[in-house]
Formats: sequence, structure tokens, C-alpha cells
Amino acid sequence: METRNLTCIGCPMGCQITVEFEGETIRRVTGNSCAVGDKYARREVTHPERTVTSTVVVTGGDRERLSVKTRGNIPKNRIFDCMREINRTSVSAPVRIGDVVIHDVCGTGVDVVATRNVGKAG
Amino acid sequence: MYDVVIIGGGVTGSAVARELSKYRLNVCVIEKGEDVCSGTSKANSAIIHAGFDAKEGSLMAKMNVRGNAMMDELTRDLDIPFRRNGAMVVCVDPAERDGLRTLYDRGIANHVPGLRILDREEALAMEPNLSDSTVAALYAPTSGIICPFILTIAMAEQAYVNGVDFHFNTEAEDIRKENGIFLIRTGNGVYRTRCVVNAAGVYADKFHNMVSARTIHITPRRGDYCLLDKSAGNLVRCTIFPQPTKLGKGVLVTPTVHGNLLIGPTAEDIDDREGTNTTAEGLQNVIRKAGQRVKNIPMREVITSFAGLRAHEDGHEFILGEPEDAPGFVDCAGIESPGLSSSPAIGEYIGNLVRDMLGAGEKENWIRKRRGILHPADLSFEERNELIRREPAYGRIICRCESVTEGEILDAIRRPLGARSLDGIKRRTRAGMGRCQAGFCSPRVMEILHRELGIPYEQLTKCGGESKLVMGRTKEDEQ
Amino acid sequence: MNGSATVKQEECGISVDIVIIGGGPAGLAAAVAARKNGAGSILILERDSELGGILNQCIHNGFGLHTFHEELTGPEYADRFIRQVLDLHIPYKLDTMVLSISKDRVVTAMNRTDGMFKVRAGAIILAMGCRERPRGALNIPGFRPAGIYSAGTAQRLVNIEGYMPGREVVILGSGDIGLIMARRMTLEGADVKVVAEIMPYSGGLKRNIVQCLDDFGIPLKLSHTVVNIEGKERVSAVTIAAVDANMKPIPGTEERYRCDTLLLSTGLIPENELSRGMGVALSPVTKGPQVNDMLETNVPGVFACGNVLHVHDLVDYVSEEAGRAGACAAKYVKGSVPPAEGTDVPLLAESGVRYTVPCTVNTGRMDDLLTVRFRVGAVYKKAFVSVYLNDERILHRQKKIMAPGEMEQVILQKKHLLAVPDLKTITVKIESE
Repeated sequence: METRNLTCIGCPMGCQITVEFEGETIRRVTGNSCAVGDKYARREVTHPERTVTSTVVVTGGDRERLSVKTRGNIPKNRIFDCMREINRTSVSAPVRIGDVVIHDVCGTGVDVVATRNVGKAG
Repeated sequence: MYDVVIIGGGVTGSAVARELSKYRLNVCVIEKGEDVCSGTSKANSAIIHAGFDAKEGSLMAKMNVRGNAMMDELTRDLDIPFRRNGAMVVCVDPAERDGLRTLYDRGIANHVPGLRILDREEALAMEPNLSDSTVAALYAPTSGIICPFILTIAMAEQAYVNGVDFHFNTEAEDIRKENGIFLIRTGNGVYRTRCVVNAAGVYADKFHNMVSARTIHITPRRGDYCLLDKSAGNLVRCTIFPQPTKLGKGVLVTPTVHGNLLIGPTAEDIDDREGTNTTAEGLQNVIRKAGQRVKNIPMREVITSFAGLRAHEDGHEFILGEPEDAPGFVDCAGIESPGLSSSPAIGEYIGNLVRDMLGAGEKENWIRKRRGILHPADLSFEERNELIRREPAYGRIICRCESVTEGEILDAIRRPLGARSLDGIKRRTRAGMGRCQAGFCSPRVMEILHRELGIPYEQLTKCGGESKLVMGRTKEDEQ
Repeated sequence: MNGSATVKQEECGISVDIVIIGGGPAGLAAAVAARKNGAGSILILERDSELGGILNQCIHNGFGLHTFHEELTGPEYADRFIRQVLDLHIPYKLDTMVLSISKDRVVTAMNRTDGMFKVRAGAIILAMGCRERPRGALNIPGFRPAGIYSAGTAQRLVNIEGYMPGREVVILGSGDIGLIMARRMTLEGADVKVVAEIMPYSGGLKRNIVQCLDDFGIPLKLSHTVVNIEGKERVSAVTIAAVDANMKPIPGTEERYRCDTLLLSTGLIPENELSRGMGVALSPVTKGPQVNDMLETNVPGVFACGNVLHVHDLVDYVSEEAGRAGACAAKYVKGSVPPAEGTDVPLLAESGVRYTVPCTVNTGRMDDLLTVRFRVGAVYKKAFVSVYLNDERILHRQKKIMAPGEMEQVILQKKHLLAVPDLKTITVKIESE
């Protein structure tokens, strides 16, 4: 049996939660003071996910960086793989908010999209 | 070969350069920093002292009183702000009264005009925020406030316009004399010159001792300061001093010529000639001691703290002129307070000395008037609009705390001896000196420096050398 | 320079119903609400080169859960309001700095194309936002080399300009911007060594502590501060130390970190230079204007909202508050504000409550419901928020937790207030039972 200690992000309480688990099976969640904490802890131990936000290079635009995000969450352990792909990416202006910048980043099934408009230079 | 090489582009070196630019001489200033006013001159109390403090008959007393008297005309010629706000030495203990009298007598001996001893009521009537325990005060109406950056920069600019060379990032390493010619070895080659002016601040003893057996010794004496927001600038009208001690004039409380409130300095002898770091203890002392003479100092309004060094020579006296055993080598050493106040007088004194030594004649076309950086805020609505129509850059505010426009920043870059760094811009225009301390304007000033001077972002600096502002681009490794 | 909806000449030179100072989240929401509430001519004056304010550099997600029920990034959240402003043809001027405002509501502003100009406003909405506290306010000892940035300046450099302020980073202050920048710098390849926080608790959201620090193994040192900065040209090391209960560094606890960058995230201050200049009374606690139930300042016809009024933690609350300011300003210029009745009743912040917004209520004029926002001065667990009308307690609600970093609110009902004859004070306080 493994245990993990987490800080709950459900509210400012920040309960220190202990999760006991074997593989994908949660045995016990303790330290939480409400159901939100229980749900958060189970998910965080089995399938932690995050949204990644960064910028990509944009050429020919009125600025040199375009802000982007993963349209949904990706597995937490893929954050740096995702960043590598984002860092390699370059797009040309104009770009509209919501435009797909990277399709299916790192095979996660999640697209990276533009979060702002970039007009053409000049 | 130069007739004169001045080591150091601080306020003394710049004042001497300006004086020498009046004569038919080939003059160069070598400065280890990337700009003038990069050392001792950049961090001090910014006071033009009246001159009651220095010992009777000393060079300090003579230069201070003369320098003070020269300020009105000089600042008009240089087109820089200067205000005679007066000074008060405030006595908070009846036992200090005798000391106040001694100071008054010394001031009279030094020919300081207008000195008066005020009783408690008079002092409090003039300065309601003086300590409740105020007993009496010495009032010196001729004391003034100035911006040390602009004074130095303006004198250097005028020297430059009148033909003096300025070589920055040029640190003197060694001085020798061969066949009557001085050879100054620097990181940028050897300078040959008939005469050397040693205006090297805290390093002046090092250069002096290279050519003279009559050694001198300078101790960097550090002083911590706190600068408060303009909202605190009206707390006092005069510069408020305690009674001087052998370590210096003590912690003063003063408005600045730009309307902030400045408190400091402490006095601590250190070894490091670049030791301009503040200390927790020093800052606490500043706060405590400032509060002994002035009440209600709103310490929450501090916007920055800094430390400056005084070039304290063991004899506590200006060393001006040639050592007996080193003709042609002209010292301006031990220039600590009242060095800023004395700078025009030192410039004049050394200028005359060098002129006579080299037998130089006056230039006929010496340019006396400098045009300062235009401050649109001083213009009327219509004038300002006319200016913006002509130069739209004056319509764009870059530093919102100090209301500095892009036009002023461009002027600071494009003018003679123009700014090349963030601090260079700051000292010329005040962009970044306000309450947000450059948080808002620094990316914008960086963009202008990059665009105007073609300096890549990665090479932009705060103040030259390795003071790089950014460390590369995002994404650059993978692209 | 000017908005796509061009500014009419008469709006430039002469008078406008409502001038909004600032085109960030507060100004945008205020403009939309003012137009929807029937204000005729509106002009937004924005100092930056685009609308959206600070949101444009906040490229992380987590905005808009309350307003749009989805997680947006800062620029996306701003875009939702910018589109409404464009759809409603509300004029705006970019790259335009307001220089001063007179008591009788004449705004003097300036840009490159119009030069200096004056606009007479029927009403003014102050929406200038806030700025970061500089290092000087903290009196951190040490050198003053390059490489010391406020977190917000670093955010702009990284996210907008695409430059790295440094590679090895220490952060002082655990406000949300500091936490967010810890993650941003890490994702962009920097090594964030530690976040020091002088208080015994973080001012940032738990979520940010977990997802910006814990995710990347960045330690958060509570009750620690910076006691020395080394480096004569560029930062070369930073020393932090633990502090005692009086926030004084404890000798012997120093830890030195080699680094090239120090980021400061030590608090935000409402930007009220213009307000002060026109005689708006400011709260010593919030540093923002003192406002009544209409979010109107002591200067008639001058309203305030967003971070210039008090620093918010959620942009959704900024938008909502600004919407109210916009609606009230529209009523003001249309002359449709119900007449005030009796005197304004002061809202008092007591025992643990640091301040309230608004500061006063006119019971005759007020809306049926009034949201009162406040902050507490310490962390409270299982404590009660209470509201007293004179001496009578009318609200007593237990909260699992309250913390200085999280804005709290209570809602007052007009009928309750009117039911109290001779209402002198409304008091909001924290009670342990």
C-alpha cells in the first residue's frame, strides 16, 4: 500500500489530505473535511490533470509571442512534453483567438489553441 | 596625445572638464562606468551646503562657500533645477546650545551669508514638524537642493559640446611618467597626456600613490538613505540637520529639488570601494535618527533605499593641486561632503591651475548656455499641443509616476553624451524614479533603447557592464 | 489610435456623458453596463496600446468561473468584454494617458495624435486598477543590481515581450502573481529556487500553491523574508531568513541562494493619484476611494470600481462591481437616481474585518439588495460573520474558513434596513461564536 499527502485546493482551508492506495485502487482518504476534498484527492492520485498555458513564437505579427493554452486538461506528467512541443511551434500572423495552434498535443487528444488575437505587422 | 586626461566622470571630474573646455586644450575624461555620475556622485544628500560646517580657513570651507555662491548662475547656464530652501541645524537638548553657537561663529568666519540662531518658537513656526523637544536652531538661508545627476550630466554635456572627449568603460589601471609625459594604462589602451587630473573619488588615493611618495589614504565611508514618495515631500521646507560630529553632518531630513523627501545618511567606514549595499542596521539607524529631529515622518511612504560612499581622506580635507613630488599630476582627492556643493569652485580652481600650468589661452566660441531636457509639464496647454503636433513622442507618457514622455526619453538618448542604459535614462529624465520604481516603465524604456540605439535586448543594461536586464528570449533554445 | 468605433468630434473636444478612466476589466464592464443602462455617449481612455488591461499579460487560466462558468485565460476573459464594447459601439482611445481630472469633472488627457485635450464628463468612472509595491517599500538591505523585478513586470516581459528576466530565480511574496510567475518561469526553463513569504500564511489561492509550486517541487517558506541581496551589477545571490512574530529576521536562520533574479510579489496598491488630485477621499485601509452604496465617491458624479477601489482576488467580482458602477453612473447622468433620504448610514468594519466596500448606505435610495465586500485581517476557522444594525444582530453566518487573501461578502436587504427606526450604524464583524 502506498500513501500520498496532498493539499486540497477546494477552498482556502487547504486541508492536508492523506490518500492510501494500491495502484489505481483508493483504499482510504483522510484529513479532508468535506466531500470536495475526497473527490479531489481520489482524482489527484489516480488521474492528475492540468491545463498548460504558455506562448508560442508568432511571425509577421504586431507582436512576437502568441499566448496559448491546452483546450482541456492534459495528464500532469505530460506538462513538460507539452512545453517542448509548444516551444518548437511557430505560427504566422494573423491569428484569431481559439485558432488551433497544435493539433492533439503529444498524443493527448487535446489541442493547443490561441488565447488572443494577433494582427499582421504594420 | 592629450594636454589633460581627467580620471573620473563624477561631479568633480565633470566640473573640471567644463572649466577646461573654456581653453584651447585637448582634454579627455576617462570613466570606468558606462556614464558620467556612476560612482560617489550618484548617491549623496543632494544638498548645496551653506558652508558653516567646514573648519575655518580650510579648502573645504573656501570651496564650499564659493561653490554655493556660484550655483545660481551656473544652474541658469546649465538649465537645471536648483532651489535655495535653507537649512536648519536643530538642537533638541539644551546642552547642545553651545555647539550651535560654535557652528554659528564658524559660519561667520567662513563668510556664510544670512546665518541666524532661531529660538524654539521661531524654528517651530518655520518648520512645524520639528521635534517637540526642539530647543533652538541655526538657520542658513543660502543652503540649497539640487539633483546631483543632472548637475554632473549637465556639466559633462557642456564640456563635451565644447570639445572635451569622454571615454566610458575605460578604467585606469596604472600611471607612469616618461620623459615628462604621463602614460595612463587602461583596459582600452594607453593614454598619453601632459597633465593628469585625479578625480577618481574613492580610488583617488590609488592613483595619487602611483605617482607620489607622499601617500594619501582614502576610506570609503558608506551612508544609507531612504527616499520617500512625493506625498511626503512637504513635511519640511528646509534641510534639517542634527549637530555635526566627527563622522560627518549626521542624518538629515530634506525635501529634494524634485519634491520627494530624503532622509540619511549613516556613516560607516568600510573596506569595499564598491560597497554600496544598504544594511538592515543602517536603514534602521536612518529611520531612528531622522525621527529625532523631525516628527511624523511617514515611513510607509519609502519608495527606495540606497547607499552612497564618501571618499574620506584621513586628514578630512580636500586635496587639490599637484603633490610636490609629482608636477603635472593634479589631485582632486578626498572630495567628500561638501564635495557636491564645492564642485563648481573646485572646477574653477583646478581649471585655473591647469590653464596656468599649460599656458593655455581661452577659446573665443565657448558655449556657455546648455539647453536642458524639455519638460512638457512646464508648458502651457497650447504650447504643449504645439509641441506634440511637431513631435508626437511628447504625447506619449512612458513613466506615469513622474509623467515622463517618450519625447524626453528620446532627447536623453539623442543629446550629447546621451543615455545608453536604464539608469542613464532615469538620471536624465527621472523615468523610473517615482513611486512604482520603474515597474511600469522599464519594459517600455527598454523597447525605446533597443529601437533607438539598435542594442539587442540581451545587451541592454541597467547601468553598463554585466548589469544585463534580460537573459535571452523565451523559446529560443528549441526554435 | 482610436477605437474602431471612431470618436465623434464633439466627444473629443467638448462633453461626454460618461468618461471611464481605464480600459481594463473594470473599465470594460463599467462601459458595457453604462451603455445597457441607457447612457448616451461614453468614452473609455486607456493608457496601453490595447484594451484589456493587466488581463492581457495574465495568460494563465482560472478566470471567469463565476461570470462565464468556464475557465478562461486572462486575454480570453478580456476579449469577452472587448467584443461587447465593440458590439455596443462604445468609443475608446488607446495609448492615452489621463493627466488630471478637475473636481467639476473635466478630464485632461493626452496622446500622440490628439495631443492634450479636455473632456467634460457628466459622470466619471475611476477604473485605473492598481500597481505593485516596489522593493523600497520593504527596505530590503543589500545592493541594487539588475535582476530585481516586480512579478508583474516579469510577467509582462515573459508573456508579452517574450524575454526571460533571468534563469535562476528567488521569489519574495506568495501573492498570486508571484505564484503564477513561479510556474511560468519554470515552464519557460528557469530554475525557481524558493518562494519566501514574510507572513505565516500565503496571500495566494491554495490552488495556486499546489499547481504553481507543489507541482514543480518549489519550496514555499512561510515567515521568511529576504535579508540580503548580493551582486554589484546583476543579482548573484539572495539570502532569506526566518522572521519572528514581529516580522524581524531571526539571526542564525539565514539561507543563501545563488540566483540571478529576485522577483517581488509583495502586494498591490490601488492607483489613486488621479483620484487624490481631484479631491476624492481615500480609505487609509484600502487606499481606494471611500464610496457609498452607488459606488460613488465623495465627489458627486465620480464613481469607482475594480482594483482602484480595493484590490480584488477574482476578476469576476471586478466585473460585477464595475457593472454596478456603470449602471449607477448611467442613472446619475440620466437623472434617474432615486433621491437620497435621510443621512447616509456608515458601515463599520470591526473585530477582524479590515474594511467594507461600500463605506456608507443611504437606506432610502439603495437597491433592494446590496452586496457588501470586505476582507478579514487574519485566518479565521469556523468563525462567524455578523452584521449588526445599531446593536441588533441581523446576520450571523458561520464560515469554515476566512483568510486575508480571500474577499468575503454579505448581502444586505433594504427591507431589513428600513425596518430599523433611527438606523445609525451598520457593523460587520467576525465573532468566534
